[in-house]
Amino acid sequence: MATTAPGSAKPAAGQAAVPFLRLSSVVKQFGDAIAVDGVTLDINKGEIFALLGSSGCGKSTLLRMLGGFEEPTSGLILLEGQDLVRLPPNERPVNMMFQSYALFPHLTVWDNVAFGLRRDGLPKDEIATRVEKMLGMVQLTPYAKRKPHQLSGGQQQRVALARSLVKRPKLLLLDEPLGALDKKLRERTQLEVVDIIHQVGVTCVMVTHDQEEAMTMATRIGIMSEGKILQVGRPGDIYETPNCTFVADFIGSVNLFKGRVTVDQADHVIIDTPECRHYVSHGITGTPDMEVHVAIRPEKIGIQEPAPGPDDYDNAVEVGFNCARGTIRDLAYLGSQTIYHVVLESGAVVKVTKANDARHDESRLASGSLVHVWWWGSDLVVLTQ
Amino acid sequence: MGRMGRRFVIGVPMVFLLVIFALPFLVVFKISVSEMDGVRFRDLLTWQDGLLQLNLKFSNYRTIFFEDDLYLRAYLSSIWFAGLTTVICLAIGYPFAYFLARSRPDIRPALLMLLMLPFWTSFLLRVYAWKMLLADNGVFNNLAIALGLLAEPVKMMNTPFSLTLGMVYTYLPFMVLPLYANLVKMDIRLLEAARDLGATPWQAFWRITVPLSQGGIIAGALLVFIPCVGEFVIPELLGGPETLMIGRVLWDEFFSNNDWPMASSVAVVMVLLIIVPLALFNKYQAESALGDKR
Repeated sequence: MATTAPGSAKPAAGQAAVPFLRLSSVVKQFGDAIAVDGVTLDINKGEIFALLGSSGCGKSTLLRMLGGFEEPTSGLILLEGQDLVRLPPNERPVNMMFQSYALFPHLTVWDNVAFGLRRDGLPKDEIATRVEKMLGMVQLTPYAKRKPHQLSGGQQQRVALARSLVKRPKLLLLDEPLGALDKKLRERTQLEVVDIIHQVGVTCVMVTHDQEEAMTMATRIGIMSEGKILQVGRPGDIYETPNCTFVADFIGSVNLFKGRVTVDQADHVIIDTPECRHYVSHGITGTPDMEVHVAIRPEKIGIQEPAPGPDDYDNAVEVGFNCARGTIRDLAYLGSQTIYHVVLESGAVVKVTKANDARHDESRLASGSLVHVWWWGSDLVVLTQ
Repeated sequence: MGRMGRRFVIGVPMVFLLVIFALPFLVVFKISVSEMDGVRFRDLLTWQDGLLQLNLKFSNYRTIFFEDDLYLRAYLSSIWFAGLTTVICLAIGYPFAYFLARSRPDIRPALLMLLMLPFWTSFLLRVYAWKMLLADNGVFNNLAIALGLLAEPVKMMNTPFSLTLGMVYTYLPFMVLPLYANLVKMDIRLLEAARDLGATPWQAFWRITVPLSQGGIIAGALLVFIPCVGEFVIPELLGGPETLMIGRVLWDEFFSNNDWPMASSVAVVMVLLIIVPLALFNKYQAESALGDKR
């Protein structure tokens, strides 16, 4: 199965074939280690693109190459058709918001924001207007005379954002933009930052290891692992149609089964795994008897106490419906939802989440309850990689 | 117990300073205002005709400030040489410390070790070695003549040049170490941020590195300047007879003239000359730090 072509999002109407930012076969080696391994990627004007991956996957190195702090071993980085590779950071129309901000500790908030404009030798009154406008936008006007260490984490984050936006860069880079904030503040700030970026209208590439952050803020996400981009797509595409087991497992949580295709029809396939038989209500490209993975998200599995009536679980497969009996081994109550670990009769464990959508739940599933779990054939994803 | 413990912890260094610094200073101050009674000092308090008499003599201070300009010239000359040495040490030491701090972390201990290596030899021997190197028929002159660069030897020994060279050589590590300690802690990302915002490497150095290393510059400058003002050995060995430094004047008063009260007065003035600006500077620093926190 072919990986989704990177940068396959449709170009904006009326735009020329030249993408806003194009990375072409970018490689970065440190000695023997390959940090970035042939990344090809197009990024459109005005979008917020998130590089998502665990630490050491090469996402920060890729961002630093865009900023000019690392030089690619090979490959091209084109911004509006102009090659950036040989340009030093101070000559790139690109600004970066650093991880944990890198604010200048000896300068006031005002001077921190004005730093970049002064380097451009702009007239004093223009600097003043632009700094003040920027400080107003991030609501820091009353703090202009303070030093960074006199600010809270959230305020420092806004200074860093203001400092990187005030030069009106063509491309804004965010390195773990909210990583230093606590969870509550982070959730609120995510949307504020997106709001400001949209107001300024700048194209943005961000790096994060936090998938919620990526999904909240980004228009498109690139999943990185071991220096390669595995999949590029909108948050929903990546979650609902992952292209490989790594992506399926990395984003959210998933039940993965490994098995073989036993029935291969144009409109459905049946895949037998040691745990159970899966009816998939769509065709796949592949050969009969090939080895595949079947993935199903925990929230797409229904769970209830055994329904009374005939035990026609085996026939259920024929109507596009999968179900199995099991016992609840563990459960974790998380407030909005509960996670159940269900041991099937085959011995396999599946994760099931159920939204606690009513205050008084009469079903009272408890540890040790006999349950039956079921899922639709259309909710299964078949992965060949 | 907590209060007692705290007092104890602060008390120990206080007592130490009292014994090591304050008491000797008071003794020196007492001698400086004493009158000689033959070869002995007259007591400050004496009973005379049933009256308690206080014998204080401030004429030495009058001599220093108003009568003999030798002392003031010596102070000024000491400050000049100490200042010159500090500036040269900073000019050499800053790049030195900078590259040390930016060197590969695995070779840094070896480089620091090399910096400390001269301390393994006696300071006196090393200063004597410079005498051999700089003399009219010394290594440098002979080499230059042998290579045909010079027709006849250039006088280097016993000049302000040899004095300054000796002081810079001796005190350079005291400049490099605090600067290194400061620069090695610096967050490299601040320089990247400056570059990202359009600064050239040179601008980033002047706008970010230098202001942030202010503490190291001040510490290094004080560590060089203060001992240089009172330096005796280097002017004695490398400075020649006509270089005037307060340390030598002090020595002469003590050991040539045997005028201990005069020598002590010179010492007291020297200490005050160094301590007063230092105290003012500290006060200013503390106030601006406090202002920052507000």
